[in-house]
Amino acid sequence: MELQHFVAKIHADGPLGLDPAKVVDVFHQWVAAQSVPRVVLIDVAELLHVPDGPGVIAVGIEADFALDHTDGVWGVLYRRKNVLPGTNADRVADALETAAQTALRLQEAFPGALKFSRTDFELIVNDRGIAPNTPESYAAAVPEIESALRAVLGHGDFKLTRHDQEPRQRFGVTVKSAKPFELARLAAR
Amino acid sequence: MKASHVIWKERLRDQIPGPLGAEVDQFESEIVLRQQGKIDEKVFAETRLRRGAYGQRYDNGHRYDGTESRQLPFADKPTKGPGTMWDAPGMLRIKVPFGGLNPRQLEVMAELAEEYSDGIAHVTTRQDFQLHFIHIENGPSIMRRLAAVGITTREACGNAVRNVTACPLAGVCHDEAFDVTPYSHALAWFLMGHPDTMEFGRKFKPAFSGCAQHACGLAQMHDIGFVAAVREVDGRLQRGFKIVVGGGLGPVPRQARTLTEFAPVEEMLPLTQAVCRVFGKHGEKKNRNAARIKFLVDKWGIEKFREEVFTVRKELRPDPRWTDMLKDAEQAAEGPLHPPGELPAVNGDEKLRAWIKGNVRDQRQAGYVTAAVTLPLGDITADQLRALADAVAKYTRGTIRTTVEQNFLIRWVSKSDVAALFADLAAVQLAQPGASSVVDVTACPGTDTCKLGISSSRGLGGELRNRLVQKSYQLDEAIKALHIKVSGCFNSCGDHHVADIGFYGVSRTVNGYKVPHFQVLLGGQWENNAGSYGLPIIAIPSKRAPDAVDRITEYYVKHRTKEERFFAFVKRVGKGPIRDLLEPLNQNLPSHDVEPGLYSDWGDPRQYSIGDIGIGECAGEVVSRYQFEMTSAERLVFEAGLFLDAGNVQLAGETAYRAFLQSAKGLVQVQYDDVSNDPDEIIAEFKERFFDTQLFFDPFVGPKFANFLFAAHAGKGEQFTADTAHHRIAEAQLFIEAVHNCYNKLRSTPAPTAAKA
Ligand code: HEM
Ligand code: SF4
Repeated sequence: MELQHFVAKIHADGPLGLDPAKVVDVFHQWVAAQSVPRVVLIDVAELLHVPDGPGVIAVGIEADFALDHTDGVWGVLYRRKNVLPGTNADRVADALETAAQTALRLQEAFPGALKFSRTDFELIVNDRGIAPNTPESYAAAVPEIESALRAVLGHGDFKLTRHDQEPRQRFGVTVKSAKPFELARLAAR
Repeated sequence: MKASHVIWKERLRDQIPGPLGAEVDQFESEIVLRQQGKIDEKVFAETRLRRGAYGQRYDNGHRYDGTESRQLPFADKPTKGPGTMWDAPGMLRIKVPFGGLNPRQLEVMAELAEEYSDGIAHVTTRQDFQLHFIHIENGPSIMRRLAAVGITTREACGNAVRNVTACPLAGVCHDEAFDVTPYSHALAWFLMGHPDTMEFGRKFKPAFSGCAQHACGLAQMHDIGFVAAVREVDGRLQRGFKIVVGGGLGPVPRQARTLTEFAPVEEMLPLTQAVCRVFGKHGEKKNRNAARIKFLVDKWGIEKFREEVFTVRKELRPDPRWTDMLKDAEQAAEGPLHPPGELPAVNGDEKLRAWIKGNVRDQRQAGYVTAAVTLPLGDITADQLRALADAVAKYTRGTIRTTVEQNFLIRWVSKSDVAALFADLAAVQLAQPGASSVVDVTACPGTDTCKLGISSSRGLGGELRNRLVQKSYQLDEAIKALHIKVSGCFNSCGDHHVADIGFYGVSRTVNGYKVPHFQVLLGGQWENNAGSYGLPIIAIPSKRAPDAVDRITEYYVKHRTKEERFFAFVKRVGKGPIRDLLEPLNQNLPSHDVEPGLYSDWGDPRQYSIGDIGIGECAGEVVSRYQFEMTSAERLVFEAGLFLDAGNVQLAGETAYRAFLQSAKGLVQVQYDDVSNDPDEIIAEFKERFFDTQLFFDPFVGPKFANFLFAAHAGKGEQFTADTAHHRIAEAQLFIEAVHNCYNKLRSTPAPTAAKA
């Protein structure tokens, strides 16, 4: 099973220490400077009026970056839109690493106001054609995701929980790592 | 493009109704042809628009960053249309005739918003859905997934018949003559792709109302409006419509004129077809700004227009669908899932009380209500859509409607289910009260995504909504009843002409800087079927617009006579005093140093500029029916080649034959509109008009190319080999060239070629 179009979301640690609308300005600067390698950034979408919604997004051609509020949980989100070459493990690594880089950049923009979890993140395959939310997808994808995560995190001490049995949802897992990870180390991989 | 493209194509192959599937396959081929530079960019732009794929801000490759306009680093590829970068994300408009949807369709909308867009589905001011930030190459997958649940994006944009809207209360309203739902449904599908709608110089918007007095259907402000009426003939009640034409908003709004006071329902489709033919033939093509049907009605006067329409009506070739499509109209009606009931006791639940008061209305049918689901700025998340789908399935027979106020309306809710429905909606924060009230602000996309946006209509709309919701408990009932509508520019996609307080975006220079402003409009009316249009009184800086609302509403509450409605109030006091009230808001503006925020727009911290305004695609490209027919023919030849490559020789040969017919038809229709798709008729007409007259003869080879056509037709049903299929394809290509030559000869001025080949 070739997994593509990962979404990775690293949860915020505790309540947000800033007005999320402030992120709009930062994302505009990213677009102006085209400061994400290998991604053409186009625009900023501010969707804070929608409850438990996608928050604020820096929209790109190849990927989106967001301070996201889906499910009522704040977090930094990376969404891969185009096809990435390589293996499934490469793509899991890309998702987590890029999310970590985005988290670090946001933390730098708001020193002290933004803290991200060092144990919890989500991975979603944003494509129901490839991976419908079924037990079969789970059985096929989880071993690969686990082995990729062992490589990225450098240990196997984590637990995967399937998001939802709801077939209408996307296939996704929440990962809880028993050992805290360093964003900087993930981002620099 | 998404990796699942092929998966959807295979998986949905058998689930898509034939014509909708063919439509998507065609678009997919056209994308490939355009990538190879084989379709002209204008033709591609118009076919793309006709499939609902619109441009979006910054797609010309420029973006202002707060200091200067910079080039976005798009890859160098063929364009999607003049000045439109291939990889630039665009908007996809999804047609929802009469706003009617079922739970499965809501779920699919949720899936598409998550997988291809920004997680939001947007309800428009014409009951459509829009997805933003869509990559053109994902279009076919999205369209297939929609088609599999009976939805199309066809002709959602471009110079075509746009979504057919209808009053969302149709079928349950106290005041309606009859339920217009089946008629609006029939009209939408009858006109879709109809040859008589192919040559419009501009868009054409139909709307249905169940009655003459209320705004819900907005028939008066449409290119063609149908108002239900019943008359008695020989003691029998007969259904029909008052038909009005030439209304519309846009920069200069018009009220529609009456085409006929009463057309029996059987005449609805043929008369509309005749209107389309007259508009297609005589409507302005060159000057976009005078190309809507309202200008033709103005130019001719309604009497001449009417006469022409009725003359053309008599000449139309009879079409069984005129009546077939209405066969079950009188029986077709939505009904309830649960038995009727009584409203719940509210027992101090303030939220439930406010929701019932603001959003729940009695239906004509005792024991049932409609419930409005208000969406902030028309936006809804995927999770909310799924929860809504569940509620619709749980409390109704599986139907819901979008509204032109960018909300949903659930109908046929038993009164005894009201509390449970409220709880289910509240669980996903879809139970905001205040539907159709002052907090329920309507806004067009504006500078968020629209290429023509001047000011941030959604930014202002959101800000007004926030402020008004916070104050809503103290607001006077008279203020709560007002309607506010905001457009990002004068084009009025946010319906600002028909609001109590309307706004549209303009820009002004202040202290050497550009400053976003809004014109304030008063005197418009949502009631009385959008009975009057507002006029601008003064332009206010964008950031001061909420203050303008405060001043106007305070003044109104203070000076109104008892029960005086806002429209009557403005009429009585005059616009002068209100203008005086607002004037201080645009005078002595603080300098950039003192208040930099004034020099940027709502929700956008960049220093304001109008440099991002692009060329809108609202007018589409004027592409003649001939060009369309020929583009299809070129596409068929291309597809035939693909089939041959894939070893499917039979299909290759047959497709080449279809290309012959298609191009012959393209030529025939230049002289004869009514030519059908019947191969024998096409050949006979071609022979009589172009072969017997020798018009088609080539200066060097005479009848050779025409004979290819006759041979292909004579061989209909033959078994192909790889060789014969190959020949047929090559001949079809030559025949198409000959058609172009003949057409060019007829036109003396060279015709724009459909493809560069
Ligand atoms: C000269 C160009 C345009 C004109 C004159 C124009 C005019 C209008 C008018 C009058 C309406 C609504 C009222 C109605 O007829 O019911 C409308 C609807 C709308 N317009 Fe435009 N428009 C233009 C271009 C655009 C552009 C560039 C966009 C941005 C993408 C846009 C977005 C919309 C939307 C979202 C709606 C409601 C949609 C629907 O048909 O479902 N318009 N337009
Ligand atoms: S009113 Fe203007 S800004 Fe708003 S959508 Fe229409 S064209 Fe765009």
